[in-house]
Amino acid sequence: MSNQNRPQSPHFTIYRWPLSMTLSILHRMTGVALSVGLIALMVWLLAIASGETAYVELQGQVQTIYGRLLLIGWSFAFFFHLSNGVRHLVWDTGAGFEKSQAQISSYLVIISTVVLTLAYWLAL
Amino acid sequence: MAQFRLPANSRIKKGKHFTAAEGATRPQRFAVYRYDPDSGENPRIDTYDIDMDSCGPMVLDVLIKIKNEIDPTLTFRRSCREGICGSCAMNIDGGNTLACTKSVESVSGDVKIYPLPHMSVVKDLVPDLTKFYAQYASIKPWLQTRTPAPPDSERLQSKAEQELINEPAACILCACCSTSCPSYWWNSDRYLGPAALLASYRWLVDSRDEATGERLDELEDPFRLYRCHTIMNCTNTCPKGLNPAKAIAETKKMLADRQH
Repeated sequence: MSNQNRPQSPHFTIYRWPLSMTLSILHRMTGVALSVGLIALMVWLLAIASGETAYVELQGQVQTIYGRLLLIGWSFAFFFHLSNGVRHLVWDTGAGFEKSQAQISSYLVIISTVVLTLAYWLAL
Repeated sequence: MAQFRLPANSRIKKGKHFTAAEGATRPQRFAVYRYDPDSGENPRIDTYDIDMDSCGPMVLDVLIKIKNEIDPTLTFRRSCREGICGSCAMNIDGGNTLACTKSVESVSGDVKIYPLPHMSVVKDLVPDLTKFYAQYASIKPWLQTRTPAPPDSERLQSKAEQELINEPAACILCACCSTSCPSYWWNSDRYLGPAALLASYRWLVDSRDEATGERLDELEDPFRLYRCHTIMNCTNTCPKGLNPAKAIAETKKMLADRQH
């Protein structure tokens, strides 16, 4: 009976992504981005430790448009991962699993991420 | 590891087009996944224009009409046509649901119909559910007791105890939830998936079952239970309105609680 040549039905290319699935994927992606960001943070600390010249040179790079974009990206990743992490903590208590609740908490995570990221950069 | 691209034998080709019968007053286009195991060819998408004024309102009505009047080789499972047998589960308009309870009107634009996602396809819209059923069997979906039954009555439950199992026991094993889950797509060889875990929960909370500890032992594994990352596709797609994601969270809580 078994037919090794059976095709596999299509999956993520045909599935209509619910918001909760998109946020779940973003949670993982921002987690990876933050791990990379940790390396950048180490480089920054190393530059401080190695003295003024190294630090000034690195700060020069950070002040470029690319440097700033990276920092904004990392701060966005941080606030998203934080907000969605709080949502996961609530889920771990068994609460918030109704479809409507999950939809609302999805929007709350998005709003919180945008507000925190904006507030952070405006407060600087 | 997640395999995003379909294997070479699974990539979908363009298929045939069937125009609507002459004088059609309300034509609607349906794009249907077709795979013929005897042809040796790749799957294809056939399109059918159906006059909805001469057809029932549900997607299953359309599939039956196509099979009866246009192409008798179109293959799909169906039985009860009222959402209780779970046979006609498929991917319609990007979501997994039952063809018999999904109305054509609820879809805007062409209606795209695929088999349940990331499954081995037997023919057309019929996926191989062998593994899915084996996973269900693996959670031992029956009452396990050690104490002898009362001599003069059944094992009774209070109303409150019965209410705990009402919802999880309403699962019809259509496989919509498990095949909507990306974790199940990438790890169905080791992750039990939402349907089997909902069934497991149904026995975990059954006041008459006396194997709760053993049942939890079986789930305490990096994959079987904990591959659930609360993506929520299962709960969002369940055609019976059940909540496997919540049942899984409650199971995780039971495991955490017994650490203390």
